[in-house]
Amino acid sequence: MAEQEVLNKEEERKPQAKMVPVFIMGQKYEVPEGSTILNAIEYAGYQLKKGVGCREGFCGACATVYRLPGDYKLRGGLACQTVVQPGMYLAQLPFTPAQKAIYDIDEVKPDITTFQKFYPEAFRCLGCNACSKVCPQELKVMDYIQAIMRGDLELAADLSFDCIMCGLCTMRCPAEMAQYNIALLARRLYGKYMMPKPEFLYKRIEDIEQGKFDKEFEEIMSLSPDELKKRYAERDINFKIT
Amino acid sequence: MKSFPGYPESMWPSLEMVEKTRPKRVERAKQGLKVMEPMTLEERDEVLSKYHPDYQPDARKEIRVGPNKGEKLTAKVVDLLESHARVKPNEVDLSDPDFDVDVLIIGGGGAGAQAAIWAMKEGAKNVLLATKLRIGDANSMMSQGGMQAAVNPHDSPVIHWLDIMGGGHFANKPELVKVLTSEAPFITKFLMELGVMWDRDETGHLQTKPGGGTSRRRMLSARDYTGAEIMRVLRDEVKNHPDVITVLEYSPAVELLTDEEGRVAGALLMQTETGEFIVVRAKSTVITTGGFGRLHIKGFPTTNHYGATADGVVLAYRVGAKLRDMDTVQFHPTGAVFPEQIWGFLITEKVRGLGGQPVNKNGELFVFPLEPRDVEAASFIRECARGLGVTTPTGRVGIWLDSPVIEELSGPGTIEKQLPAMLRQFHRFGIDIRKTPMLVYPTLHYQNGGIEINERTETNIPNLFVAGEASGGVHGKNRLMGNSVLDYNVFGRRAGIFAAQNAAKNNIGKKLTLKHVEKWEKELEEAGIKTKRISPILFPDYRNFEILKKHRKEFDPFIGFALTGWQE
Repeated sequence: MAEQEVLNKEEERKPQAKMVPVFIMGQKYEVPEGSTILNAIEYAGYQLKKGVGCREGFCGACATVYRLPGDYKLRGGLACQTVVQPGMYLAQLPFTPAQKAIYDIDEVKPDITTFQKFYPEAFRCLGCNACSKVCPQELKVMDYIQAIMRGDLELAADLSFDCIMCGLCTMRCPAEMAQYNIALLARRLYGKYMMPKPEFLYKRIEDIEQGKFDKEFEEIMSLSPDELKKRYAERDINFKIT
Repeated sequence: MKSFPGYPESMWPSLEMVEKTRPKRVERAKQGLKVMEPMTLEERDEVLSKYHPDYQPDARKEIRVGPNKGEKLTAKVVDLLESHARVKPNEVDLSDPDFDVDVLIIGGGGAGAQAAIWAMKEGAKNVLLATKLRIGDANSMMSQGGMQAAVNPHDSPVIHWLDIMGGGHFANKPELVKVLTSEAPFITKFLMELGVMWDRDETGHLQTKPGGGTSRRRMLSARDYTGAEIMRVLRDEVKNHPDVITVLEYSPAVELLTDEEGRVAGALLMQTETGEFIVVRAKSTVITTGGFGRLHIKGFPTTNHYGATADGVVLAYRVGAKLRDMDTVQFHPTGAVFPEQIWGFLITEKVRGLGGQPVNKNGELFVFPLEPRDVEAASFIRECARGLGVTTPTGRVGIWLDSPVIEELSGPGTIEKQLPAMLRQFHRFGIDIRKTPMLVYPTLHYQNGGIEINERTETNIPNLFVAGEASGGVHGKNRLMGNSVLDYNVFGRRAGIFAAQNAAKNNIGKKLTLKHVEKWEKELEEAGIKTKRISPILFPDYRNFEILKKHRKEFDPFIGFALTGWQE
């Protein structure tokens, strides 16, 4: 399939991109317009060994702080998800030296006292909202911390769910808390203790432990290859919920 | 002409066709999710043999060295394996190990985290988890759609088993699949008790969705951050036990170590930033290094993590561990094609699980949306080869994945609730997937095969265990969606348990060696393989060589501090 090969040949398709200047860790480079910060760093000649991860916005490894020319504001973003702008100054933040409490998830209680014990700094929130402003996921970080301060773990779990733990909130927080670790504890408590329990699941585990499917397995695993193929081709597809 | 925000004008006429055909397609979907008839096994074979990249004449070649010598494997995998070691045995002193542990785990994704937790639970006193980037920097973190577990009353582990065997072209090891499907409900509960927020309704009933090649609804999810939710919980749990589990980040293994009898006895690690060696002696060694997406087989983009360079497969092969099913590659049907910045990124299969429909440039359905991945991907390639794809301004071709159908079927707000990551991904580039479809084309996604294991995750080499994507046998020639998350959890746990039990027997000699590397280099020479390649490659190399070559009469890709291993 010749067209397949052509589809994948990078060099034959790259239009002549306009170049824009960016400052990577203080040094100036010309990179193609429209590049993500991550692609720009690599285009400039770096092979990253830190500050890079999934490259698709899920892992939080490539937190980056940047400033635009003529602006005093320091902004945050993920290198893999942020497109460069002309004159951007940037520095990567491959690691956040934030505190994480050590706890036994089977022993902690799903209420406010757990946070008073393990993360007392959460209660020093100044309400400045710097965390929410910097969050590359656009989460309401301050709101989930405030929810934890009120003991509303359900709301905190919901608001923080899409957190990728990049650490930018922590680096901006004047109260010096690690919001993302605090939220993780809230979600674990909510998921373990407070969400309704799935009865079907317990029943299924019991059935398996009692060997309810052993006979069926024995039968199907003894089929000849042709019989098995036939069984597969004839199986019913049923997408009903129960 | 109607305008479509986020898309260039050249693509609007096709988008208008998609809108025009949508009401009829939605009507059909409302009668049930089977909007087209699924293919027969014969029809599947036909589209695969003509259009799947694995079936192209140059896709495979014979490997000339090692335990699989003489077999045909994916060509790029053969190149990776037929490479020199990164270290020369006579240049390393192994007499004074930095760590002497019960269990060494190489790789910090989901399988590695599960293995660490369960090795500890099984009584290992001293567990070292070494990883190339940070713990959790792995494909596990990126899986969006979900995890399969037969939890519904009209489903069962046996039906789940049959779906997997058929999807894998019956090449799977049946006993591994039985373990996988039978332990799925248990591992679901275990994760829930660690605090994983599985999607549930108000009565606690786990939400289940269909997936490609499944015959029941059994895909469990946590929004479309399923992998991230599981991985961050597992990582947190690993970090809660610093007394037993030591985590060593930015320290990949560059070679396994053996004792005088050729049994695995630990590994040689290397700090990526400084090049410092770390010698680890271990009674059991577990490989959980993941797959090979970053090899960009046949020039495809990949959904995979930066570290997905198949390091573990290289290390294990060199000590003599047998591989299986390394002749097939999984291409995920729905990789992003537009905008350019997210080319090749994963569009979760959950989009189709929720009713999203693949359609061609005329807005027509051309394939059952939930075929197994290889079949679905080959059908997309066929549609584009027929000239029915949509071309982007940079010359890429794809077909539409019509996401607005989802909200027509399940009501407004469904996408925000069920697909927040996808919504956010496209929103960053000005596209609202609630209103306009996404352009997709197959992207390199998963290593179907790997190092052969048994139910105890043992390999043919004593003291060496493997779990997750690095292993082979569970998925046969093609994995079904939601089973990789299940795989790394079920077999990661087993690897921890059996590695700890093995460690208690203390089956290693005193002396650490790199004898297998000497043997390997000799074998390469005898086979007449002359190459500059070295592996494991550790990282892909995306530097712009044109710039680095400027003013240099001779160019060495090892310029600077690169860890390249791939430049010819």
